[in-house]
Amino acid sequence: MSKALNSLVDRVRAAREAHTPLAIRGAGTKSFYGEAIRGATLDTRELSGISSYEPSELVLTARAGTPLADVEAALAERGQCLPFEPPRYPDPERPGQRGGTIGGVVAAGLAGPARAAVGNVRDFVLGATLLNGRAEVLSFGGQVMKNVAGYDVSRALAGSLGVLGLICEVSLKVLPVLPATATLRFDCGEAEAIERLQGWGGQPLPVHASAWWQGALVVRLSGAVAAVNSAASKMGGEVIDPYLAQRFWNGMRDQTDEFFAEARRSLADGAALWRIGLPAGAAPLPLSGEQLIEWGGAQRWWVTREPAERVRSLAARSGGHATLFRARDKAAVLGVGVSVFTPLAAPLARIHRELKQAFDPDGLFNPGRLYPEL
Amino acid sequence: MNAPLPRAAADAPVSAGVDRPLPASPPAAVDAAARRQRQSEVVAALSKLLPRSALLWQDEDTTPYECDGLTAYRERPLVVALPETDEQVAAVLRACRRLAVPVVARGAGTGLSGGAMPHAMGVTLSLARFNRILAVDRRARIARVQCGVRNLAISEAASPHGLYYAPDPSSQIACTIGGNVAENSGGVHCLKYGLTLHNVLRVRGYTIDGDAVEFGSEALDAPGLDLLALVVGSEGMLAVVTEVTVKLVPKPQLARCIMASFASVQAAGEAVAQVIAEGIIPAGLEMMDRPMTAAVEDFVRAGYDLKAAAILLCESDGTPEEVDEEIRRMTEVLSGCGATRLEVSRDEAQRLRFWSGRKNAFPASGRISPDYMCMDSTIPRKRLADILTAIADMESRYELRCVNVFHAGDGNLHPLILFDANQPGELARAEAFGAEILETSVRLGGTVTGEHGVGIEKLASMCVQFSPEEREQMLALKQAFDPAGLLNPGKVIPTLHRCAEYGRMHVKKGLLPFAELPRF
Repeated sequence: MSKALNSLVDRVRAAREAHTPLAIRGAGTKSFYGEAIRGATLDTRELSGISSYEPSELVLTARAGTPLADVEAALAERGQCLPFEPPRYPDPERPGQRGGTIGGVVAAGLAGPARAAVGNVRDFVLGATLLNGRAEVLSFGGQVMKNVAGYDVSRALAGSLGVLGLICEVSLKVLPVLPATATLRFDCGEAEAIERLQGWGGQPLPVHASAWWQGALVVRLSGAVAAVNSAASKMGGEVIDPYLAQRFWNGMRDQTDEFFAEARRSLADGAALWRIGLPAGAAPLPLSGEQLIEWGGAQRWWVTREPAERVRSLAARSGGHATLFRARDKAAVLGVGVSVFTPLAAPLARIHRELKQAFDPDGLFNPGRLYPEL
Repeated sequence: MNAPLPRAAADAPVSAGVDRPLPASPPAAVDAAARRQRQSEVVAALSKLLPRSALLWQDEDTTPYECDGLTAYRERPLVVALPETDEQVAAVLRACRRLAVPVVARGAGTGLSGGAMPHAMGVTLSLARFNRILAVDRRARIARVQCGVRNLAISEAASPHGLYYAPDPSSQIACTIGGNVAENSGGVHCLKYGLTLHNVLRVRGYTIDGDAVEFGSEALDAPGLDLLALVVGSEGMLAVVTEVTVKLVPKPQLARCIMASFASVQAAGEAVAQVIAEGIIPAGLEMMDRPMTAAVEDFVRAGYDLKAAAILLCESDGTPEEVDEEIRRMTEVLSGCGATRLEVSRDEAQRLRFWSGRKNAFPASGRISPDYMCMDSTIPRKRLADILTAIADMESRYELRCVNVFHAGDGNLHPLILFDANQPGELARAEAFGAEILETSVRLGGTVTGEHGVGIEKLASMCVQFSPEEREQMLALKQAFDPAGLLNPGKVIPTLHRCAEYGRMHVKKGLLPFAELPRF
């Protein structure tokens, strides 16, 4: 264990001396995400294992390279879970395996269907150990629920795509699996779906996830048995068989559902998959293509051939942003000098550059993965 | 590495005192003539930007700003600016940046760690006039408010829509949302509903250069690094926030509370762990020890069990069905853990009576002691009995009493050290006692501040919790936002020099990852 970290520290020192950029990699399940990967691979999987897990503390601490599957299995054994449902993509090296590493989950910051109800990856990060660009091992946050000592660096690592340094270990808040769940299906158009979701959200109903595609709105309720039962009868709709519902939500979470399968076929054909984040109640976007709406309206997936500029400007006009999630050739979709993530306003871009400089002065880690200039 | 033993009271750090306040910086006495000259420079510059009524610099006008809720530390600001518009805030910041004048943003001044204590050579930027609720959107369940709006006022404005703002620090009647953002404030319901960070979607404000910035978004995420996570809880060190968009949640239809007595604090601590191990996340889970219970019972007459070594308050909220189910499950667990007395609130009046003692813990302490010092640290819940045993031992060593209230659900302790500042040496003993509680919390795997912030009060304790490299990294982070170090300088992150003066070794967390690595 210590040997693994020491060797990573040595690698970073050597890279610093040789001015060689490093590409941090766990299982490599999310290598499609963000900008192109540059640098020599720095594999985190030697840093493996759950360092501590105490169900009554609601905290699990694991080294970065621990497989997500191991973390979820340990939690499931004690009736707990990672509430933000991170997506599990296929492992490129191990056919049939999915899920990557816990370090990758935090670095990518991607969350699944329950995100709107429970929060993002960042909301569950309690602490982290970071190997920065000066080859220093630093700990921020901790293993307790409430902690305001210093800046909350550990939470800011969620979604940082490794540009601030290598996440060595993370402590996450975990929660009990909710006692009851039920899935309802409604036939309705896009605008009506958004309207209904908004209406339910304002009431004390245990709405836990939602998905709309091609005229069908599917809603998952989760919570106390009595609450789920009474909400289900109040909301109406068609009750989906629990086995099928489970499969459906797994498909949403892991992006293997029919929408995503079709998206992949269209990608081969030159279309692009966009992830658009919007205020949940935003009106339907006038784009052409196929759309899947999640998170009560706050996450809208689009498979489209429309120009990047139009996708971005429509998202911005609704108060949101658009990420080019997948494409056969991202550069071709975006055009020269256009980034995968929505460009930042000038003062924020400056702060990003300065932060990169503060954590990784020689620009060693994942250069350009989040934004070309970082 | 082994932690050094805390020093005895005699050579404890005398970092502050009611009679001998020590400013954050500059520590040296400021030359009065130089100060006056600087003051007229700054007043002249700001007078061009603000109406006459929005600028205070005479002693009698600036004295009310000399401290926040941590009254032991006082400093008179050079100038107090009270802008009313965003343009004025931006202009004041630009002027301060140009003149290299420190800026200390201030809300209601209810903070408990001196985060808003003025800088002797700086401008206190009071945002009290930013008190408008800009929009309450029932459909989207969000409220957009100016930073000086009081926490409770948001819930009051949302109430007609059946919604409220969940984080409820005990000062919620007075504290502002801007201050909550600065401190990442908690409250008694944060185990279930989260901290300020979890309930804020977006903040708008200005950098020290006067550039408008927006962190977060009304969508559920924003592109780039999650700077909102850094700005929330940054104690005014990174940017000045003028507008906050918060999430609102539906008001629970019903809340009921169980009051349970235990014969030992260990048994009560075990019951807390067991409730959570059963998969229950109560809306509130609070503990009081016997001395605290006695003090509050004397004050509020709520009918607390004075024989109990510890009392737990366990609250459930939600629909009537949910509450019934949860109260039944919690009752079973608490009985199974040996509760000696159990009472479930029958109605709202009784529920509020159960809470009245907990909510009045501070004033009740004020009645039984001339002075008290409220500490704030977090430990892993399982170490509750350890810390209470350690505190009991400290009581005899420091010859001071300590009463304990505890956000048991999330491990956040508030020991109240009772002392009399008029007795020679008592304040210094109380401070040493407090420092030892914080160091013990770090050693048990916890943190020196759970929700009150570092401010000026806990600078020395930061030396204990973080290594020099970690503190340097945080200072570099601050510089990325505020290159000249003008926003609330001297707070939160102690310099290497200051830690060397404090002379305490860095005590690493109880479960140190990679303990074998050289850290110095």
